[in-house]
Amino acid sequence: MRVLAAMSGGVDSAVAAARAVDAGHDVTGVHLALSRSPESDRTGARGCCTLEDARDARRAADVLGIPFYVWDLAERFETEVIEEFVQSYEAGRTPNPCVRCNERIKFAAVLDRALALGFDAVVTGHHARLDPDGTLRRSVDPDKDQSYVLGTLRPEQLGAARFPLGDSTKAQVRQEAAARGLAVADKPDSHDICFISGGDTGGWLRERIGSRPGPIVDSRTGQTLGEHDGTFAFTVGQRRGLRLGHPAPDGRPRYVLDISPVTSTVTVGPAEDLDIRRLVADRAVWPHEGVVSCQAQVRAHGGVVPAEAEARGDELVVTLVSPVRGTAAGQAVVLYDGDRVLGGGHIRATAG
Amino acid sequence: MTYLDHAATTPMRPEALAAYAAVLADTGNASSLHASGRRARRIVEESREALAGVLGARPSDVVFTGGGTEGDNLALKGLYWARRRVEPARRRVLVSAVEHRAVLDTVQWLGAEQGAEVELLDVDAAGMVHPDTLAAAIERDPAAVALVSVMWANSEVGTVEPVAELAAVAHRHGVPFHTDAVQAFGQIPVTVGEDGPDAITVSAHKIGGPVGVGALVVRRGLVLEPLTHGGGQERDIRSGTLNTAGVAAFAAAAATACAQAPRESVRLAALRDDLVRRVQEKVPGAVLNGAPLGGAPGGPQRLPGNAHLTFPGCEGDSLLMLLDARGIECSTGSACSAGVARPSHVLLAMGAGEEHARGSLRFSLGHSSRAADVDALVEAIGPVVERASRAGALAGMTGT
Repeated sequence: MRVLAAMSGGVDSAVAAARAVDAGHDVTGVHLALSRSPESDRTGARGCCTLEDARDARRAADVLGIPFYVWDLAERFETEVIEEFVQSYEAGRTPNPCVRCNERIKFAAVLDRALALGFDAVVTGHHARLDPDGTLRRSVDPDKDQSYVLGTLRPEQLGAARFPLGDSTKAQVRQEAAARGLAVADKPDSHDICFISGGDTGGWLRERIGSRPGPIVDSRTGQTLGEHDGTFAFTVGQRRGLRLGHPAPDGRPRYVLDISPVTSTVTVGPAEDLDIRRLVADRAVWPHEGVVSCQAQVRAHGGVVPAEAEARGDELVVTLVSPVRGTAAGQAVVLYDGDRVLGGGHIRATAG
Repeated sequence: MTYLDHAATTPMRPEALAAYAAVLADTGNASSLHASGRRARRIVEESREALAGVLGARPSDVVFTGGGTEGDNLALKGLYWARRRVEPARRRVLVSAVEHRAVLDTVQWLGAEQGAEVELLDVDAAGMVHPDTLAAAIERDPAAVALVSVMWANSEVGTVEPVAELAAVAHRHGVPFHTDAVQAFGQIPVTVGEDGPDAITVSAHKIGGPVGVGALVVRRGLVLEPLTHGGGQERDIRSGTLNTAGVAAFAAAAATACAQAPRESVRLAALRDDLVRRVQEKVPGAVLNGAPLGGAPGGPQRLPGNAHLTFPGCEGDSLLMLLDARGIECSTGSACSAGVARPSHVLLAMGAGEEHARGSLRFSLGHSSRAADVDALVEAIGPVVERASRAGALAGMTGT
């Protein structure tokens, strides 16, 4: 099989490519250049967009003895991921750019190009399992499981994907990388959002969007408690950084309950008002009939809650048997049966 | 393996390899006063004389360097600094828009950091700088021109520039003229001449010598500020222990390349014409960039080994990868530091659209090229273009 291995320059994708070589495939490594003006070196643990990462990927491909190229997807990434990220915040949602990147870049632009060029599959270093029948499952390593950010992929996208790492823990992957002589064995994990260096999402958004001041309003009293510089700096469920002058009458902390970009209003209130029992997801992937009992995950690295899900046209209505707190529109909801991914969608609306 | 990337680097010639290996085994710093040093010195000077001979220069004009990029940097920075010291008003630096990055990035640095006013000279659709263009540019403010640099032949599309006429235009205004002859040397006659360039950059590995050695031919009387200071080698212009083995191999390669060039250029041009014709038979939409084949006298000429084609609707990246997978090696032209292909600045300067520029490949032939290399490419190109155009369509390339 002719296989394209997406190589970020990290340890996971290097070992995934190595395993594809060991499996006897004809493997070609590709590094995706996603940033228009990549910085030359990594500073701290973030992203995968620096020239140093490209060099690390190239070096790993050299060690594996496979051809290696850089594909320039910066323009696609800018329009499909970064601009959507900004628009989403402007609309008061909290997007997950990794989900979006998987949907639109890795398992769309890259996959389509690979197939057109004669490759049979795309291998990535995601920690998830993919059964021969196309069923996506959680990784055996619960701390590193990435099935959530893959949970909204359509069957035809997953059909040409290969995740060779799903049966291994991260520790095992690092050990294997060291044994294979891959220099990235000890490279730190990437965190945060790859295109926001330094991790200051609020500051980055302020630069892009500009200042849009408005009031912070108490949900119970309607009283204006403070001012803010732009709704994009807030996420539903957020507690820190509100800088409210007045303590609540009951002395308990307040949380962001609602973001209304139209009036530039941030509504805050007590924790219990964050409880969500029902949510509607759009652009859903849900190949099931009727009401399905399952477990729902509403954020990366979050826990699951028992739920019932049912399709309504292109939308998915999810009723949570026990409420979750602080679920933001724009995030993905992924539904599981144990470790098996049943499907998912993008949260459009929530209700208490 | 089918190697069609001789413009990137070409296999070492047996004569060069033999000279290289023989000298490498000897100890001796050419600056030392003892017998070993004298032996090395003799090899260096004989090599200098041989190289000067084929370039029509005097031995003392030849300054050995670490390669083409260093030669360009030394010529441009060295000349600019030396001129500025004497006549601070001379800040204008005129270079063609199709130069190699070793020239473009150097003058851009002079512009950003050293007060130079950089002006890019327009080229025609074949990539040629017309002497009138240079004359008009100089005449806008002749007293402020520090130097002119136009390459002898283009590294991407192989267009040969009218260097003698351009040098004459510069000299009419008393302006020194540098040329990057890295691609031209060894393929077509490159000589200093009566009224020719004042400084010529050449490189060994493009003509069958080793990587890491080159020369800047500097006409007597031209003052250059050095880039490297130290032991005072190479007339104080280029300090650093002489690369005796590299210089010997360079001279050996130059002697063979230049002796064979009259015959070899005819052979390569025929092979190249065959390549272009047969590729265009397989891919009727393929467009030859640069000067036409068999260029008429007075019209634009191209290097005998160069074929530069655009395959509309395809990305050069995809074509390169698919050919590479079939054992055929060529180039997309310019690459940036991340290895990401950008549309060639050369094609853009020639007036090509961005999509046309992105869909181009350079095939370059050299001394080891044979008919079988062309056969292999002709056999592969059809299916490769078909696949690449499918990928190109996904990327929104229209193919028109």
